[in-house]
Amino acid sequence: MDRSSSDLPVFHASGLTKTYHQGEVEVHALRGVNLDLFAGELVVMLGASGSGKSTLLNILGGLDVPTSGEVMYQDIDLTRAKDRELTLYRRDHVGFVFQFYNLIPSLTARENVVAVTEIARNPMTPEAALELVGLAQRMDHFPAQLSGGEQQRVAIARAIAKRPDVLLCDEPTGALDSATGVLVLAALETANRETGTTTVIITHNASIAQMADRVITLSDGTISGEFRNSTRQDPRTLSW
Amino acid sequence: MPAILTSILHAKLRRELWQMRGPTLAIALVIAGGISVCLLSLVNYSSLTATRTQYYQEHQFADVFATLERAPRQLLQQAEEIPGVTRLSGRVEGVAKLEIPGFSDPASARLLSLPPAGQPEVNRTYLRHGRLPHSDRSDEVAVIGSFADAHELQLGDRLGAIINGRRQALTVVGIVESPEFVYVIPPGGMLPDYQRYGVAWMTEQALASAMDMRGAFNSLVLTVDPSIPVAGVIDLLDRLLAPYGGTGAYARDDQFSHRFLNDELNQLKTMAVVFPVIFMAVAMFLLNTVITRLISTQRDIIAVLKAFGYSNRQIGWHYSQMVLTIAFTGLLIGTITGMWLGRALGGLYMEYYRFPELLFRISPWWILILSLLTLFVAWLGGWRAIRSAASLPPAEAMRPEGPARYRVTAPERMLSWIRFSQPSRMIVRHLAQRPARTALSVTGIAMATAVVIVGNFQFSSVSLMVHTQFAQVQQQDLTVSLTDPLHQTIMYGMRRQPGIRYTEGRRVAAVELVNGHRQWRTALTGIPDDARLQFVIDEHLNKVPIPPAGLLLTDFLAEQLGVNAGDSIQVRILEGHRPVLNLQVAGVTSEFLGVGSYMNLAAMNRALKEGPVVNQVLMNLEPGQAGTVYQELRDTPRVMAINIRQVMLDSFFETLAKTFLTFTWVISMLGGIIAFGVIYNTVRISLAERGRDLASLRVLGYSHNEVAHILLAELAILLILGIPLGWATGHGLASLVVTMMQTELYRVPLIITGRTLALAASVVIVSALITGFITWWRLRKLDLVAVLKTRE
Repeated sequence: MDRSSSDLPVFHASGLTKTYHQGEVEVHALRGVNLDLFAGELVVMLGASGSGKSTLLNILGGLDVPTSGEVMYQDIDLTRAKDRELTLYRRDHVGFVFQFYNLIPSLTARENVVAVTEIARNPMTPEAALELVGLAQRMDHFPAQLSGGEQQRVAIARAIAKRPDVLLCDEPTGALDSATGVLVLAALETANRETGTTTVIITHNASIAQMADRVITLSDGTISGEFRNSTRQDPRTLSW
Repeated sequence: MPAILTSILHAKLRRELWQMRGPTLAIALVIAGGISVCLLSLVNYSSLTATRTQYYQEHQFADVFATLERAPRQLLQQAEEIPGVTRLSGRVEGVAKLEIPGFSDPASARLLSLPPAGQPEVNRTYLRHGRLPHSDRSDEVAVIGSFADAHELQLGDRLGAIINGRRQALTVVGIVESPEFVYVIPPGGMLPDYQRYGVAWMTEQALASAMDMRGAFNSLVLTVDPSIPVAGVIDLLDRLLAPYGGTGAYARDDQFSHRFLNDELNQLKTMAVVFPVIFMAVAMFLLNTVITRLISTQRDIIAVLKAFGYSNRQIGWHYSQMVLTIAFTGLLIGTITGMWLGRALGGLYMEYYRFPELLFRISPWWILILSLLTLFVAWLGGWRAIRSAASLPPAEAMRPEGPARYRVTAPERMLSWIRFSQPSRMIVRHLAQRPARTALSVTGIAMATAVVIVGNFQFSSVSLMVHTQFAQVQQQDLTVSLTDPLHQTIMYGMRRQPGIRYTEGRRVAAVELVNGHRQWRTALTGIPDDARLQFVIDEHLNKVPIPPAGLLLTDFLAEQLGVNAGDSIQVRILEGHRPVLNLQVAGVTSEFLGVGSYMNLAAMNRALKEGPVVNQVLMNLEPGQAGTVYQELRDTPRVMAINIRQVMLDSFFETLAKTFLTFTWVISMLGGIIAFGVIYNTVRISLAERGRDLASLRVLGYSHNEVAHILLAELAILLILGIPLGWATGHGLASLVVTMMQTELYRVPLIITGRTLALAASVVIVSALITGFITWWRLRKLDLVAVLKTRE
């Protein structure tokens, strides 16, 4: 099924810029980005470090606001949303996966997922989420008892358990070796395919692009290229 | 190490300390609190001790005191020959009723003679203003400063005095102080009443002629060579004076003013030990946790430094400097504050004790020892963390620490019937994960609570004590002391006078109670069977019946004498024919104030073979009639002095407020600082350690308040555990303080009111609220993106 054919964009961003100050240096992270994301598609954003891809992801996820330009999520204007509205937006619509997992070390795998499902509107059971990422056997382990790949899969289960409309993944394999990384990507792919969640994966690893419906390349704060894969490749066949 | 590297480390040190100025200052303040309380107490104690020693030395304060009926001055020669006696003064002592223009209440004074040369050999006076009376002027008088101040007496003012029944006009020519009267307590009273009782000095000639004591003396004070035991001198002196009506010489330790002063100094000493120990312990605990945390955040920096070739010793020294700088800052603030507070409080004590001048003394050794101890303990606090950081191999230290290891702990299993939300679960796990640290935080909060209790309980205790004494024990408005024991009919006569509603007579005699080698000079009070105004009350505020025969002793006194109910003791009556009686101790009771011994009035009259006499009349007045009654009493010949209840109360609270409570207030303030230091640092550390978790939750869609709940609820749990523990600890410490501070004047009951507990809790809770607000605000500014970018 070609999900990208849907003509209603879930996200619509236009003229996005982001300038921030790092110490006394002014950094132009985004210099006018126009972007539409559609329901159900799996998008890989490629870019070198400093290309602005994380900044873009953070703005899409309601963790940051642009300096200028407009981002709409359906009919929510993320540009003008207050902290409270952004919190609700994250709570109800967005799932995040990060490079460093960001699990709560004092909670077990299952409890890390419950932390999200107990505040979500229509979650799946934590057990189902963990099963989806292949961790049904390790639900009662604490993060310190799990390998890096397992921790990242818990993070994915946590992100998808609330049935988010969009799943945003920032370098999900960045801290993992290739073999483990592939397992994590497979989990993301399964989640996208089985839940129909719009999924954005940002990475500097070009090999990952082959699993996407659409690939967007960022460099120097602007979109420098975009192409569509004719077929999505199974992540299990990838290597780097 | 090349100089450049040293200076780079120094720059690192400077900048990091500046960056962490909040927690650094909080720890420094706690250390400063401990140091300042310590110094404040030490300064007060050593200044007052030094001041007193110098005052005693310069003014030749007597080692032995004796009063007698009358002896010829030639006897002084023989007294001087007693081995060990270095100086001696024979003098005439008397009592005068005073008439002060513009003051209608009865006032009295103790009169002492001055030799023709002016200053006596022993117990020399300190001249504050004016001069001593001229030897050829019989109408001149020097009065003690407290009395002069109370009446705003100026040089040249005139007073009327009735000495030995004769009225005389006196002119104030000098205002003086004396080591013998640092405390001036009226007879029959327990507290100073500067308006109604004073001390005055006249020339020997004038006083001797007024008292019909020409060529004679009735009071002897002398100093003794320090190498000779005083007891031997007293023995010989007693033998010498016995034929002349000697009432028994006594040593300085039994001298009233000295004894009270000693008590006060001992209390200060207690305070100088108890409080600083608590403060320093808490400060050290704080230092330890903060330093450990700080150094664990610097793991990778330490690794880089080691990779560059810095030795463990250099790195250890670098972090030691950090700890020592914090400790030194606290030390500096504490020393300055402590000295300043000590001086301020010293000024108050001066006003109260009326020493000529305060020697501001603190041995530099004390400061040095305190400083070294602080630095050492502080360094020790950081030592563990420094050592573990310095001993890590660089590669290991550069690797991020893995996720903290958590597990399901026993407390959580016990609470498994509760359905925790995940944030609550995080709180429980975090607290249970590091039981030692949680225990330390709880201890810190408990300590802060306890300090406030210890600082404050004394107020309610003392209030209760005074309230009991004056509202329940002494129900009379007025106590009238008579010049001599008189037949009981006098009080019926008084009762008929206008304005007097009810009277009750008592017989009070100066006695020496002796049990073997133990002895105690005090007053024996005969209380009538049907006493309605003043009786004996125990610590539970129950009226204690006076046994029909035998003595009732205060437990403090019984303990001092080593006697129990049923034992017999010797009672030497120090007046009249000075009978020596053997009486049974019929009972022992507890009392808050004074050191009393009591007897049934009729039994006492019988024992003294003196008929139904009284020498003290207690009375209740008709409302609004006090002025008339005072005037009447002033003109009654046999009335020597009166004590007015309200005045005693006022005087007590004034004394208390000025010294005791100032100290107490300072302690409470410092308790507040401790509370803030502990709580602020606990939460700061928690925030630093868990910022990442909290930011993760925020990203997952938790709101600001839901996240703040995690830190604040954790704090609340620490408070809920810490405050009751603090109450218990405070109770324990308070009872220790009470025991250590038992004095002759008063034994503070251990009363911890709900108000005190609430106050202690409030101080802690307010600190927590302030901290909580700071935390809440900081969480608002939590940079979600930055936190996610950093590895653990």
